[in-house]
Amino acid sequence: MSGLPAAVLGRVAPQLAFGSRRAGRLIERNIYVYRRSWIIIFSGFFEPIFYLLGIGIGLGRLVGDVAGPGGAPISYTLFVAPALLASAAMNGAILEATFNFFFKLRWQKTFDAILSTPMAVADVAIGELGWALIRGGLYAIAFTIVIVPFGLVTTPLALLAIPAALLIGFAFGALAMAATTFMRTWQDFDLIQMIILPLFLFSGTFFPLETYPEPLRILVQLTPLYHGVDLIRSLIVGVLSPVLLVHVAYLTVMGLIGLVVVSRRLDKLLRT
Amino acid sequence: MSDDTAVALDGAGLPLIHARGLTKRFGAFIAVDAVDFDVQKGESFGFLGPNGAGKTTAMRMIGGVSPVSEGTLRVLGLDPATHGPQIRARLGVVPQQDSLDTELTVRENLVIYGRYFGLPRDECKRRADELLEFVQLSERANDQVDPLSGGMKRRLTIARSLINEPDLMLLDEPTTGLDPQARHLLWDRLYRLKQKGTTLVLTTHYMDEAEQLCDRLVVMDKAKIVAEGSPRALIAQHSTKEVTELRFPVGIQETLDGKLDGLAERIEWLPDRVLLYANDGEAVSVAVHERGLRPETTMVRRSTLEDVFLRLTGRTLIE
Repeated sequence: MSGLPAAVLGRVAPQLAFGSRRAGRLIERNIYVYRRSWIIIFSGFFEPIFYLLGIGIGLGRLVGDVAGPGGAPISYTLFVAPALLASAAMNGAILEATFNFFFKLRWQKTFDAILSTPMAVADVAIGELGWALIRGGLYAIAFTIVIVPFGLVTTPLALLAIPAALLIGFAFGALAMAATTFMRTWQDFDLIQMIILPLFLFSGTFFPLETYPEPLRILVQLTPLYHGVDLIRSLIVGVLSPVLLVHVAYLTVMGLIGLVVVSRRLDKLLRT
Repeated sequence: MSDDTAVALDGAGLPLIHARGLTKRFGAFIAVDAVDFDVQKGESFGFLGPNGAGKTTAMRMIGGVSPVSEGTLRVLGLDPATHGPQIRARLGVVPQQDSLDTELTVRENLVIYGRYFGLPRDECKRRADELLEFVQLSERANDQVDPLSGGMKRRLTIARSLINEPDLMLLDEPTTGLDPQARHLLWDRLYRLKQKGTTLVLTTHYMDEAEQLCDRLVVMDKAKIVAEGSPRALIAQHSTKEVTELRFPVGIQETLDGKLDGLAERIEWLPDRVLLYANDGEAVSVAVHERGLRPETTMVRRSTLEDVFLRLTGRTLIE
Protein backbone atom coordinates (compact mmCIF):
# COMPACT_ATOMS: atom_id res chain seq x y z
CA MET A 1 0.00 0.00 0.00
CA SER A 2 2.76 2.44 0.88
CA GLY A 3 4.50 1.72 -2.45
CA LEU A 4 1.58 2.83 -4.57
CA PRO A 5 1.11 6.40 -3.34
CA ALA A 6 4.88 6.86 -3.51
CA ALA A 7 4.97 5.70 -7.14
CA VAL A 8 1.97 7.86 -7.90
CA LEU A 9 3.59 10.89 -6.31
CA GLY A 10 6.85 10.27 -8.15
CA ARG A 11 5.05 10.35 -11.44
CA VAL A 12 2.70 13.22 -10.85
CA ALA A 13 4.66 15.58 -8.61
CA PRO A 14 7.19 16.71 -11.25
CA GLN A 15 4.37 17.33 -13.69
CA LEU A 16 2.45 19.29 -11.10
CA ALA A 17 5.53 21.40 -10.53
CA PHE A 18 6.78 21.88 -14.10
CA GLY A 19 3.68 21.32 -16.16
CA SER A 20 1.61 23.84 -14.29
CA ARG A 21 2.36 26.77 -16.56
CA ARG A 22 1.34 24.93 -19.69
CA ALA A 23 -1.69 23.42 -17.94
CA GLY A 24 -2.70 26.98 -17.08
CA ARG A 25 -3.24 27.71 -20.76
CA LEU A 26 -6.01 25.13 -20.87
CA ILE A 27 -7.61 26.87 -17.89
CA GLU A 28 -7.36 30.11 -19.87
CA ARG A 29 -9.24 28.41 -22.71
CA ASN A 30 -12.02 27.39 -20.35
CA ILE A 31 -12.28 30.91 -18.96
CA TYR A 32 -12.73 32.17 -22.54
CA VAL A 33 -15.56 29.67 -23.02
CA TYR A 34 -17.34 30.54 -19.78
CA ARG A 35 -16.94 34.28 -20.26
CA ARG A 36 -19.87 34.02 -22.62
CA SER A 37 -21.90 31.41 -20.79
CA TRP A 38 -21.29 32.52 -17.20
CA ILE A 39 -24.95 31.90 -16.42
CA ILE A 40 -24.22 28.14 -16.45
CA ILE A 41 -21.80 28.68 -13.59
CA PHE A 42 -24.67 29.87 -11.40
CA SER A 43 -26.55 26.58 -11.50
CA GLY A 44 -23.95 24.90 -9.32
CA PHE A 45 -24.12 27.79 -6.91
CA PHE A 46 -27.86 27.63 -6.26
CA GLU A 47 -28.25 23.88 -5.89
CA PRO A 48 -26.73 23.53 -2.39
CA ILE A 49 -28.51 26.69 -1.26
CA PHE A 50 -31.89 25.28 -2.28
CA TYR A 51 -31.12 22.09 -0.38
CA LEU A 52 -30.05 24.14 2.63
CA LEU A 53 -33.31 26.10 2.63
CA GLY A 54 -35.53 23.11 1.91
CA ILE A 55 -34.01 20.35 3.95
CA GLY A 56 -31.64 22.01 6.41
CA ILE A 57 -33.99 24.74 7.57
CA GLY A 58 -37.40 23.36 6.56
CA LEU A 59 -36.92 19.81 7.77
CA GLY A 60 -34.60 20.99 10.55
CA ARG A 61 -37.55 22.54 12.45
CA LEU A 62 -39.11 19.08 12.78
CA VAL A 63 -35.88 17.26 13.60
CA GLY A 64 -34.36 19.46 16.26
CA ASP A 65 -30.80 18.83 17.42
CA VAL A 66 -28.61 15.90 16.40
CA ALA A 67 -25.24 14.63 17.62
CA GLY A 68 -22.43 16.52 15.89
CA PRO A 69 -18.76 15.62 15.48
CA GLY A 70 -17.33 14.85 18.92
CA GLY A 71 -20.80 13.92 20.19
CA ALA A 72 -22.10 17.33 21.34
CA PRO A 73 -25.58 18.16 20.01
CA ILE A 74 -25.82 20.68 17.15
CA SER A 75 -28.76 22.09 15.19
CA TYR A 76 -29.87 20.05 12.21
CA THR A 77 -29.13 22.99 9.91
CA LEU A 78 -25.55 23.07 11.12
CA PHE A 79 -25.43 19.32 10.63
CA VAL A 80 -26.62 19.43 7.03
CA ALA A 81 -24.94 22.59 5.72
CA PRO A 82 -21.35 21.22 5.69
CA ALA A 83 -22.55 18.01 4.04
CA LEU A 84 -24.18 20.08 1.30
CA LEU A 85 -20.93 21.93 0.76
CA ALA A 86 -19.07 18.63 0.46
CA SER A 87 -21.69 17.22 -1.93
CA ALA A 88 -21.67 20.38 -4.03
CA ALA A 89 -17.87 20.15 -4.31
CA MET A 90 -18.25 16.54 -5.47
CA ASN A 91 -21.05 17.31 -7.92
CA GLY A 92 -19.38 20.36 -9.43
CA ALA A 93 -16.15 18.51 -10.09
CA ILE A 94 -17.90 15.44 -11.48
CA LEU A 95 -20.05 17.53 -13.80
CA GLU A 96 -16.98 19.19 -15.30
CA ALA A 97 -14.99 15.94 -15.36
CA THR A 98 -17.66 13.87 -17.08
CA PHE A 99 -19.92 15.64 -19.60
CA ASN A 100 -17.67 18.57 -20.47
CA PHE A 101 -14.54 16.46 -20.49
CA PHE A 102 -16.18 13.74 -22.63
CA PHE A 103 -17.37 16.31 -25.16
CA LYS A 104 -13.86 17.68 -25.57
CA LEU A 105 -12.25 14.24 -25.62
CA ARG A 106 -14.53 12.28 -27.95
CA TRP A 107 -16.65 14.73 -29.88
CA GLN A 108 -14.85 17.94 -30.47
CA LYS A 109 -11.35 16.43 -30.56
CA THR A 110 -10.16 19.45 -28.60
CA PHE A 111 -7.33 17.50 -27.04
CA ASP A 112 -6.11 16.09 -30.36
CA ALA A 113 -5.62 19.65 -31.54
CA ILE A 114 -3.95 20.65 -28.28
CA LEU A 115 -1.49 17.75 -28.41
CA SER A 116 -0.22 19.01 -31.77
CA THR A 117 1.26 21.91 -29.82
CA PRO A 118 4.02 21.68 -27.18
CA MET A 119 1.32 20.82 -24.63
CA ALA A 120 1.64 17.30 -23.19
CA VAL A 121 -0.95 14.79 -22.05
CA ALA A 122 -0.26 15.60 -18.39
CA ASP A 123 -0.87 19.30 -19.11
CA VAL A 124 -4.30 18.39 -20.45
CA ALA A 125 -5.16 16.25 -17.42
CA ILE A 126 -3.92 18.80 -14.91
CA GLY A 127 -5.39 21.76 -16.78
CA GLU A 128 -8.84 20.22 -16.99
CA LEU A 129 -8.78 19.19 -13.36
CA GLY A 130 -7.45 22.59 -12.34
CA TRP A 131 -10.38 24.24 -14.07
CA ALA A 132 -12.85 21.93 -12.33
CA LEU A 133 -11.26 22.92 -9.03
CA ILE A 134 -11.45 26.64 -9.74
CA ARG A 135 -15.12 26.26 -10.52
CA GLY A 136 -15.68 24.16 -7.41
CA GLY A 137 -13.66 26.62 -5.30
CA LEU A 138 -15.89 29.51 -6.35
CA TYR A 139 -18.96 27.54 -5.25
CA ALA A 140 -17.34 26.67 -1.93
CA ILE A 141 -16.49 30.31 -1.21
CA ALA A 142 -19.97 31.46 -2.17
CA PHE A 143 -21.67 28.81 -0.06
CA THR A 144 -19.52 29.55 2.96
CA ILE A 145 -20.44 33.23 2.69
CA VAL A 146 -24.13 32.39 2.35
CA ILE A 147 -24.25 30.34 5.54
CA VAL A 148 -22.72 33.12 7.64
CA PRO A 149 -26.03 35.02 8.11
CA PHE A 150 -27.67 31.77 9.27
CA GLY A 151 -25.30 31.84 12.21
CA LEU A 152 -23.63 28.63 11.11
CA VAL A 153 -20.08 29.97 11.03
CA THR A 154 -18.81 30.34 14.57
CA THR A 155 -15.12 29.42 14.33
CA PRO A 156 -12.21 30.55 12.13
CA LEU A 157 -11.61 26.84 11.45
CA ALA A 158 -14.62 27.08 9.14
CA LEU A 159 -12.40 28.89 6.63
CA LEU A 160 -10.52 25.61 6.18
CA ALA A 161 -13.73 24.19 4.74
CA ILE A 162 -12.83 25.93 1.46
CA PRO A 163 -9.53 24.11 0.86
CA ALA A 164 -11.24 20.96 2.11
CA ALA A 165 -13.92 21.42 -0.54
CA LEU A 166 -11.15 21.80 -3.14
CA LEU A 167 -9.63 18.54 -1.94
CA ILE A 168 -12.98 16.81 -2.39
CA GLY A 169 -13.26 18.30 -5.87
CA PHE A 170 -9.75 17.09 -6.67
CA ALA A 171 -10.47 13.54 -5.50
CA PHE A 172 -13.82 13.17 -7.25
CA GLY A 173 -12.85 15.18 -10.32
CA ALA A 174 -9.74 13.11 -10.99
CA LEU A 175 -11.53 9.81 -10.49
CA ALA A 176 -14.49 10.89 -12.60
CA MET A 177 -12.14 12.00 -15.40
CA ALA A 178 -10.44 8.63 -15.23
CA ALA A 179 -13.85 6.92 -15.50
CA THR A 180 -14.82 9.20 -18.40
CA THR A 181 -11.84 8.02 -20.44
CA PHE A 182 -13.47 4.57 -20.45
CA MET A 183 -16.89 5.84 -21.55
CA ARG A 184 -17.94 5.27 -25.13
CA THR A 185 -21.42 6.79 -25.34
CA TRP A 186 -23.41 9.41 -23.45
CA GLN A 187 -25.56 6.60 -22.03
CA ASP A 188 -22.60 5.25 -20.10
CA PHE A 189 -22.87 8.27 -17.83
CA ASP A 190 -26.06 6.90 -16.29
CA LEU A 191 -23.74 4.60 -14.40
CA ILE A 192 -22.01 7.55 -12.77
CA GLN A 193 -25.36 9.03 -11.77
CA MET A 194 -26.26 5.69 -10.20
CA ILE A 195 -23.19 5.97 -8.01
CA ILE A 196 -23.48 9.65 -7.14
CA LEU A 197 -27.06 9.61 -5.89
CA PRO A 198 -26.61 6.98 -3.13
CA LEU A 199 -23.34 8.67 -2.15
CA PHE A 200 -25.18 11.97 -1.86
CA LEU A 201 -28.00 10.47 0.24
CA PHE A 202 -26.20 8.03 2.51
CA SER A 203 -22.72 9.41 3.27
CA GLY A 204 -23.80 10.78 6.63
CA THR A 205 -25.18 13.69 4.66
CA PHE A 206 -28.72 13.95 5.97
CA PHE A 207 -28.60 11.68 9.03
CA PRO A 208 -25.81 10.73 11.41
CA LEU A 209 -23.76 7.62 10.80
CA GLU A 210 -24.74 6.25 14.19
CA THR A 211 -28.28 5.59 12.95
CA TYR A 212 -27.03 2.87 10.56
CA PRO A 213 -26.67 -0.79 11.56
CA GLU A 214 -23.04 -1.82 12.09
CA PRO A 215 -22.26 -3.48 8.67
CA LEU A 216 -23.77 -0.59 6.75
CA ARG A 217 -21.87 1.90 8.85
CA ILE A 218 -18.58 0.24 7.93
CA LEU A 219 -19.57 0.24 4.28
CA VAL A 220 -20.35 3.95 4.37
CA GLN A 221 -17.05 4.66 6.10
CA LEU A 222 -15.26 3.07 3.16
CA THR A 223 -16.90 5.35 0.57
CA PRO A 224 -15.25 8.64 -0.36
CA LEU A 225 -17.96 11.23 0.18
CA TYR A 226 -18.29 10.18 3.83
CA HIS A 227 -14.69 11.29 4.37
CA GLY A 228 -15.39 14.59 2.68
CA VAL A 229 -18.58 15.21 4.65
CA ASP A 230 -17.02 14.40 8.00
CA LEU A 231 -13.96 16.51 7.20
CA ILE A 232 -15.93 19.63 6.32
CA ARG A 233 -18.47 19.15 9.12
CA SER A 234 -15.70 18.87 11.71
CA LEU A 235 -14.05 22.03 10.40
CA ILE A 236 -17.23 24.11 10.29
CA VAL A 237 -18.39 22.92 13.71
CA GLY A 238 -14.84 23.42 14.94
CA VAL A 239 -13.95 20.00 16.32
CA LEU A 240 -10.46 18.79 15.42
CA SER A 241 -9.40 15.17 15.78
CA PRO A 242 -6.70 12.88 14.33
CA VAL A 243 -9.30 11.13 12.16
CA LEU A 244 -9.36 14.26 9.95
CA LEU A 245 -5.89 13.29 8.78
CA VAL A 246 -7.30 9.96 7.60
CA HIS A 247 -9.94 11.84 5.62
CA VAL A 248 -7.31 14.06 4.01
CA ALA A 249 -5.07 11.09 3.19
CA TYR A 250 -7.96 9.09 1.72
CA LEU A 251 -9.04 11.92 -0.58
CA THR A 252 -5.49 12.82 -1.60
CA VAL A 253 -4.62 9.27 -2.60
CA MET A 254 -7.91 8.92 -4.46
CA GLY A 255 -7.19 12.07 -6.46
CA LEU A 256 -3.62 11.11 -7.29
CA ILE A 257 -4.65 7.65 -8.47
CA GLY A 258 -7.31 9.27 -10.65
CA LEU A 259 -4.77 11.69 -12.10
CA VAL A 260 -2.30 8.94 -13.01
CA VAL A 261 -5.05 6.85 -14.61
CA VAL A 262 -6.25 9.87 -16.60
CA SER A 263 -2.74 10.63 -17.86
CA ARG A 264 -2.16 7.02 -18.90
CA ARG A 265 -5.53 6.67 -20.55
CA LEU A 266 -5.19 9.96 -22.44
CA ASP A 267 -1.78 8.83 -23.61
CA LYS A 268 -3.31 5.59 -24.87
CA LEU A 269 -6.33 7.24 -26.49
CA LEU A 270 -4.70 10.30 -28.04
CA ARG A 271 -1.12 9.31 -28.77
CA THR A 272 -1.61 6.20 -30.89
CA MET B 1 17.94 21.96 -26.25
CA SER B 2 17.85 25.10 -28.36
CA ASP B 3 21.43 24.37 -29.42
CA ASP B 4 20.37 21.02 -30.88
CA THR B 5 17.68 22.69 -32.88
CA ALA B 6 19.94 25.42 -34.17
CA VAL B 7 22.46 22.89 -35.42
CA ALA B 8 19.74 20.83 -37.05
CA LEU B 9 18.32 23.74 -38.94
CA ASP B 10 21.42 25.61 -39.88
CA GLY B 11 23.59 22.59 -40.70
CA ALA B 12 23.97 22.63 -44.46
CA GLY B 13 22.12 19.90 -46.33
CA LEU B 14 20.60 18.27 -43.27
CA PRO B 15 17.04 17.24 -44.12
CA LEU B 16 14.12 18.64 -42.14
CA ILE B 17 12.67 15.15 -41.95
CA HIS B 18 14.78 12.03 -42.08
CA ALA B 19 13.19 8.57 -41.96
CA ARG B 20 14.88 5.19 -42.30
CA GLY B 21 13.05 1.91 -41.85
CA LEU B 22 10.20 3.88 -40.26
CA THR B 23 7.59 1.42 -39.05
CA LYS B 24 4.30 1.66 -37.18
CA ARG B 25 2.46 -1.35 -35.85
CA PHE B 26 -0.94 -1.50 -34.19
CA GLY B 27 -0.88 -4.95 -32.64
CA ALA B 28 -0.41 -7.36 -35.53
CA PHE B 29 -1.42 -4.75 -38.12
CA ILE B 30 1.41 -2.92 -39.87
CA ALA B 31 0.28 0.60 -40.83
CA VAL B 32 3.66 1.85 -42.06
CA ASP B 33 6.19 -0.74 -43.15
CA ALA B 34 9.88 0.22 -43.07
CA VAL B 35 9.70 3.34 -45.23
CA ASP B 36 12.68 5.59 -46.07
CA PHE B 37 12.35 9.21 -47.08
CA ASP B 38 13.91 12.66 -46.59
CA VAL B 39 12.33 16.08 -46.82
CA GLN B 40 14.59 19.06 -47.48
CA LYS B 41 14.12 22.58 -46.24
CA GLY B 42 11.84 24.67 -48.45
CA GLU B 43 10.57 21.63 -50.28
CA SER B 44 6.96 20.74 -50.87
CA PHE B 45 6.64 17.03 -50.31
CA GLY B 46 3.63 14.76 -50.75
CA PHE B 47 2.39 11.35 -49.69
CA LEU B 48 0.08 10.12 -52.43
CA GLY B 49 -1.98 7.00 -51.94
CA PRO B 50 -5.44 5.57 -51.39
CA ASN B 51 -7.21 5.57 -48.02
CA GLY B 52 -5.57 3.17 -45.61
CA ALA B 53 -2.16 3.28 -47.30
CA GLY B 54 -0.47 4.60 -44.14
CA LYS B 55 -0.19 8.29 -45.06
CA THR B 56 -1.94 9.65 -41.98
CA THR B 57 -0.01 7.37 -39.65
CA ALA B 58 3.25 8.56 -41.19
CA MET B 59 2.14 12.17 -40.67
CA ARG B 60 1.19 11.52 -37.07
CA MET B 61 4.61 10.05 -36.36
CA ILE B 62 6.27 13.09 -37.91
CA GLY B 63 3.98 15.31 -35.85
CA GLY B 64 5.14 13.64 -32.66
CA VAL B 65 1.68 12.42 -31.63
CA SER B 66 2.20 8.77 -32.57
CA PRO B 67 5.16 6.86 -31.13
CA VAL B 68 7.44 5.18 -33.69
CA SER B 69 7.34 1.36 -33.46
CA GLU B 70 10.65 0.80 -35.20
CA GLY B 71 13.25 2.55 -37.32
CA THR B 72 14.77 6.02 -37.25
CA LEU B 73 12.87 9.28 -37.46
CA ARG B 74 14.37 12.76 -37.09
CA VAL B 75 12.24 15.86 -37.43
CA LEU B 76 14.08 19.19 -37.48
CA GLY B 77 17.09 17.10 -36.49
CA LEU B 78 15.41 15.90 -33.29
CA ASP B 79 13.97 12.59 -32.14
CA PRO B 80 10.19 12.84 -31.57
CA ALA B 81 10.44 10.25 -28.79
CA THR B 82 12.62 12.51 -26.65
CA HIS B 83 12.00 16.02 -28.00
CA GLY B 84 8.27 15.96 -28.80
CA PRO B 85 7.40 19.37 -27.34
CA GLN B 86 10.46 21.05 -28.95
CA ILE B 87 9.54 19.62 -32.35
CA ARG B 88 5.85 20.42 -32.06
CA ALA B 89 6.71 24.01 -31.13
CA ARG B 90 7.99 24.49 -34.70
CA LEU B 91 5.34 22.52 -36.57
CA GLY B 92 2.07 23.66 -38.10
CA VAL B 93 -0.40 20.80 -38.21
CA VAL B 94 -3.58 20.61 -40.27
CA PRO B 95 -5.29 17.35 -39.32
CA GLN B 96 -7.52 15.40 -41.66
CA GLN B 97 -10.55 16.00 -39.45
CA ASP B 98 -11.14 19.61 -38.45
CA SER B 99 -10.58 19.89 -34.72
CA LEU B 100 -11.58 23.52 -34.26
CA ASP B 101 -12.83 24.55 -30.85
CA THR B 102 -16.57 25.00 -31.35
CA GLU B 103 -16.93 26.62 -27.94
CA LEU B 104 -14.75 29.54 -29.07
CA THR B 105 -15.17 32.19 -31.75
CA VAL B 106 -13.13 32.21 -34.95
CA ARG B 107 -10.61 34.69 -33.58
CA GLU B 108 -10.46 33.07 -30.13
CA ASN B 109 -9.58 29.78 -31.81
CA LEU B 110 -6.40 31.39 -33.09
CA VAL B 111 -5.57 33.35 -29.95
CA ILE B 112 -5.97 30.37 -27.61
CA TYR B 113 -4.04 28.11 -29.96
CA GLY B 114 -1.19 30.59 -29.86
CA ARG B 115 -1.34 30.48 -26.08
CA TYR B 116 -0.85 26.70 -26.20
CA PHE B 117 2.49 27.50 -27.83
CA GLY B 118 3.30 29.83 -24.97
CA LEU B 119 3.14 33.02 -27.05
CA PRO B 120 2.31 36.25 -25.20
CA ARG B 121 -1.36 37.20 -25.35
CA ASP B 122 -0.84 40.45 -27.30
CA GLU B 123 1.32 38.68 -29.85
CA CYS B 124 -1.37 36.01 -30.28
CA LYS B 125 -3.97 38.68 -30.95
CA ARG B 126 -1.76 40.48 -33.45
CA ARG B 127 -0.98 37.29 -35.34
CA ALA B 128 -4.61 36.14 -35.20
CA ASP B 129 -5.76 39.30 -37.00
CA GLU B 130 -2.99 38.97 -39.57
CA LEU B 131 -3.80 35.33 -40.26
CA LEU B 132 -7.54 35.96 -40.53
CA GLU B 133 -6.66 38.49 -43.19
CA PHE B 134 -4.45 35.94 -44.95
CA VAL B 135 -7.17 33.28 -45.10
CA GLN B 136 -9.89 35.86 -45.87
CA LEU B 137 -11.90 35.34 -42.71
CA SER B 138 -11.55 38.78 -41.08
CA GLU B 139 -15.26 39.43 -41.53
CA ARG B 140 -16.10 36.32 -39.51
CA ALA B 141 -13.63 36.98 -36.68
CA ASN B 142 -16.22 37.20 -33.93
CA ASP B 143 -18.55 34.50 -35.25
CA GLN B 144 -18.98 31.03 -33.87
CA VAL B 145 -17.15 28.26 -35.70
CA ASP B 146 -20.04 25.88 -36.30
CA PRO B 147 -21.94 27.86 -38.95
CA LEU B 148 -18.81 28.27 -41.14
CA SER B 149 -18.72 26.38 -44.44
CA GLY B 150 -16.36 23.43 -44.91
CA GLY B 151 -13.93 25.57 -46.90
CA MET B 152 -13.92 28.31 -44.27
CA LYS B 153 -13.29 25.82 -41.48
CA ARG B 154 -10.40 24.41 -43.46
CA ARG B 155 -8.94 27.89 -43.98
CA LEU B 156 -9.34 28.62 -40.29
CA THR B 157 -7.55 25.37 -39.47
CA ILE B 158 -4.71 26.43 -41.76
CA ALA B 159 -4.58 29.86 -40.12
CA ARG B 160 -4.48 28.13 -36.74
CA SER B 161 -1.57 25.96 -37.83
CA LEU B 162 0.37 29.11 -38.78
CA ILE B 163 -0.01 30.89 -35.44
CA ASN B 164 3.45 29.76 -34.25
CA GLU B 165 5.10 30.71 -37.57
CA PRO B 166 6.11 27.07 -38.19
CA ASP B 167 9.24 25.91 -40.02
CA LEU B 168 7.39 22.86 -41.25
CA MET B 169 3.72 22.40 -42.10
CA LEU B 170 2.00 19.02 -42.03
CA LEU B 171 -1.25 18.95 -44.01
CA ASP B 172 -3.31 15.78 -43.92
CA GLU B 173 -5.68 15.75 -46.91
CA PRO B 174 -6.06 19.53 -46.86
CA THR B 175 -8.85 19.76 -49.44
CA THR B 176 -10.76 16.50 -49.13
CA GLY B 177 -14.50 17.13 -49.23
CA LEU B 178 -14.28 20.72 -50.46
CA ASP B 179 -15.95 22.13 -53.55
CA PRO B 180 -13.70 23.18 -56.47
CA GLN B 181 -13.75 26.90 -55.64
CA ALA B 182 -12.81 26.29 -52.02
CA ARG B 183 -10.03 23.96 -53.14
CA HIS B 184 -8.52 26.51 -55.49
CA LEU B 185 -8.56 29.22 -52.83
CA LEU B 186 -6.82 26.85 -50.44
CA TRP B 187 -4.25 25.82 -53.02
CA ASP B 188 -3.53 29.47 -53.66
CA ARG B 189 -2.89 30.12 -49.95
CA LEU B 190 -0.65 27.06 -49.68
CA TYR B 191 1.22 28.12 -52.79
CA ARG B 192 1.90 31.51 -51.21
CA LEU B 193 3.31 29.82 -48.12
CA LYS B 194 5.53 27.69 -50.33
CA GLN B 195 6.73 30.85 -52.11
CA LYS B 196 7.67 32.31 -48.75
CA GLY B 197 9.87 29.28 -48.14
CA THR B 198 7.70 27.30 -45.75
CA THR B 199 8.34 23.57 -46.03
CA LEU B 200 5.09 21.74 -46.76
CA VAL B 201 4.41 18.05 -46.25
CA LEU B 202 1.00 16.90 -47.34
CA THR B 203 -0.99 13.77 -47.92
CA THR B 204 -3.61 13.48 -50.60
CA HIS B 205 -5.44 11.00 -52.74
CA TYR B 206 -6.06 13.63 -55.37
CA MET B 207 -3.52 13.51 -58.15
CA ASP B 208 -4.33 17.05 -59.29
CA GLU B 209 -3.57 18.30 -55.79
CA ALA B 210 -0.27 16.44 -55.76
CA GLU B 211 0.59 17.83 -59.21
CA GLN B 212 -0.34 21.36 -58.15
CA LEU B 213 1.47 21.48 -54.85
CA CYS B 214 4.25 18.91 -54.65
CA ASP B 215 7.83 19.33 -55.84
CA ARG B 216 8.42 15.73 -54.96
CA LEU B 217 6.27 12.92 -53.71
CA VAL B 218 6.20 9.32 -52.67
CA VAL B 219 3.44 6.96 -53.74
CA MET B 220 2.27 4.80 -50.84
CA ASP B 221 0.32 1.58 -51.10
CA LYS B 222 -0.35 -0.99 -48.39
CA ALA B 223 2.02 0.58 -45.86
CA LYS B 224 4.95 0.77 -48.28
CA ILE B 225 6.47 3.39 -50.56
CA VAL B 226 6.18 2.08 -54.11
CA ALA B 227 7.67 5.02 -56.01
CA GLU B 228 9.34 8.35 -55.42
CA GLY B 229 10.12 11.42 -57.52
CA SER B 230 8.73 14.66 -58.91
CA PRO B 231 5.27 14.36 -60.46
CA ARG B 232 6.76 14.84 -63.93
CA ALA B 233 9.54 12.31 -63.39
CA LEU B 234 7.12 9.73 -62.02
CA ILE B 235 4.90 10.11 -65.05
CA ALA B 236 7.86 9.89 -67.43
CA GLN B 237 9.19 6.84 -65.65
CA HIS B 238 5.99 4.86 -65.11
CA SER B 239 3.63 5.99 -67.84
CA THR B 240 3.52 7.11 -71.45
CA LYS B 241 3.11 10.71 -72.59
CA GLU B 242 -0.55 10.31 -73.51
CA VAL B 243 -3.51 8.10 -72.75
CA THR B 244 -6.48 7.25 -74.94
CA GLU B 245 -9.61 6.46 -72.94
CA LEU B 246 -12.26 4.41 -74.69
CA ARG B 247 -15.76 3.92 -73.32
CA PHE B 248 -17.89 1.30 -75.07
CA PRO B 249 -21.64 0.75 -74.88
CA VAL B 250 -22.69 -1.56 -72.04
CA GLY B 251 -21.78 -5.18 -72.73
CA ILE B 252 -19.39 -4.47 -75.61
CA GLN B 253 -16.17 -4.12 -73.63
CA GLU B 254 -16.36 -7.80 -72.58
CA THR B 255 -16.39 -8.89 -76.25
CA LEU B 256 -13.23 -7.04 -77.25
CA ASP B 257 -10.86 -9.84 -76.28
CA GLY B 258 -7.68 -9.39 -78.32
CA LYS B 259 -9.11 -6.80 -80.65
CA LEU B 260 -7.05 -3.96 -79.17
CA ASP B 261 -3.76 -5.89 -79.10
CA GLY B 262 -0.76 -4.05 -80.47
CA LEU B 263 -2.45 -0.64 -80.51
CA ALA B 264 -0.60 0.71 -77.48
CA GLU B 265 2.43 0.11 -75.28
CA ARG B 266 0.16 -0.99 -72.48
CA ILE B 267 -3.59 -1.47 -71.98
CA GLU B 268 -5.50 -1.17 -68.69
CA TRP B 269 -9.00 -2.61 -68.46
CA LEU B 270 -11.14 -0.74 -65.92
CA PRO B 271 -14.73 -1.77 -65.18
CA ASP B 272 -16.17 1.13 -67.18
CA ARG B 273 -13.48 1.94 -69.74
CA VAL B 274 -10.26 0.89 -71.43
CA LEU B 275 -7.05 2.93 -71.15
CA LEU B 276 -4.49 2.71 -73.94
CA TYR B 277 -1.05 4.06 -73.09
CA ALA B 278 0.99 5.46 -75.97
CA ASN B 279 3.03 8.54 -76.76
CA ASP B 280 0.68 9.59 -79.57
CA GLY B 281 -2.89 9.26 -78.37
CA GLU B 282 -4.47 10.63 -81.54
CA ALA B 283 -2.79 7.96 -83.63
CA VAL B 284 -4.18 5.31 -81.28
CA SER B 285 -7.74 6.58 -81.60
CA VAL B 286 -7.44 6.63 -85.39
CA ALA B 287 -6.12 3.05 -85.33
CA VAL B 288 -9.04 1.96 -83.13
CA HIS B 289 -11.52 3.26 -85.68
CA GLU B 290 -9.57 1.69 -88.52
CA ARG B 291 -10.11 -1.70 -86.85
CA GLY B 292 -13.84 -1.08 -87.09
CA LEU B 293 -14.37 -0.53 -83.39
CA ARG B 294 -16.92 2.13 -82.42
CA PRO B 295 -16.46 3.31 -78.82
CA GLU B 296 -19.21 5.53 -77.42
CA THR B 297 -16.64 8.13 -76.37
CA THR B 298 -12.96 8.54 -77.10
CA MET B 299 -10.78 10.89 -75.09
CA VAL B 300 -7.10 11.60 -75.54
CA ARG B 301 -5.35 13.14 -72.52
CA ARG B 302 -1.93 13.53 -70.95
CA SER B 303 -0.77 10.95 -68.42
CA THR B 304 -1.36 11.86 -64.78
CA LEU B 305 -0.26 10.51 -61.43
CA GLU B 306 -3.44 8.45 -61.44
CA ASP B 307 -1.96 6.46 -64.32
CA VAL B 308 1.27 6.05 -62.41
CA PHE B 309 -0.64 4.73 -59.47
CA LEU B 310 -2.70 2.40 -61.63
CA ARG B 311 0.47 1.08 -63.20
CA LEU B 312 2.18 0.50 -59.86
CA THR B 313 -0.72 -1.02 -57.95
CA GLY B 314 -3.26 -2.14 -60.52
CA ARG B 315 -5.89 -0.04 -58.77
CA THR B 316 -7.27 3.48 -59.01
CA LEU B 317 -6.58 5.99 -56.24
CA ILE B 318 -10.09 6.65 -55.02
CA GLU B 319 -11.96 3.44 -54.47
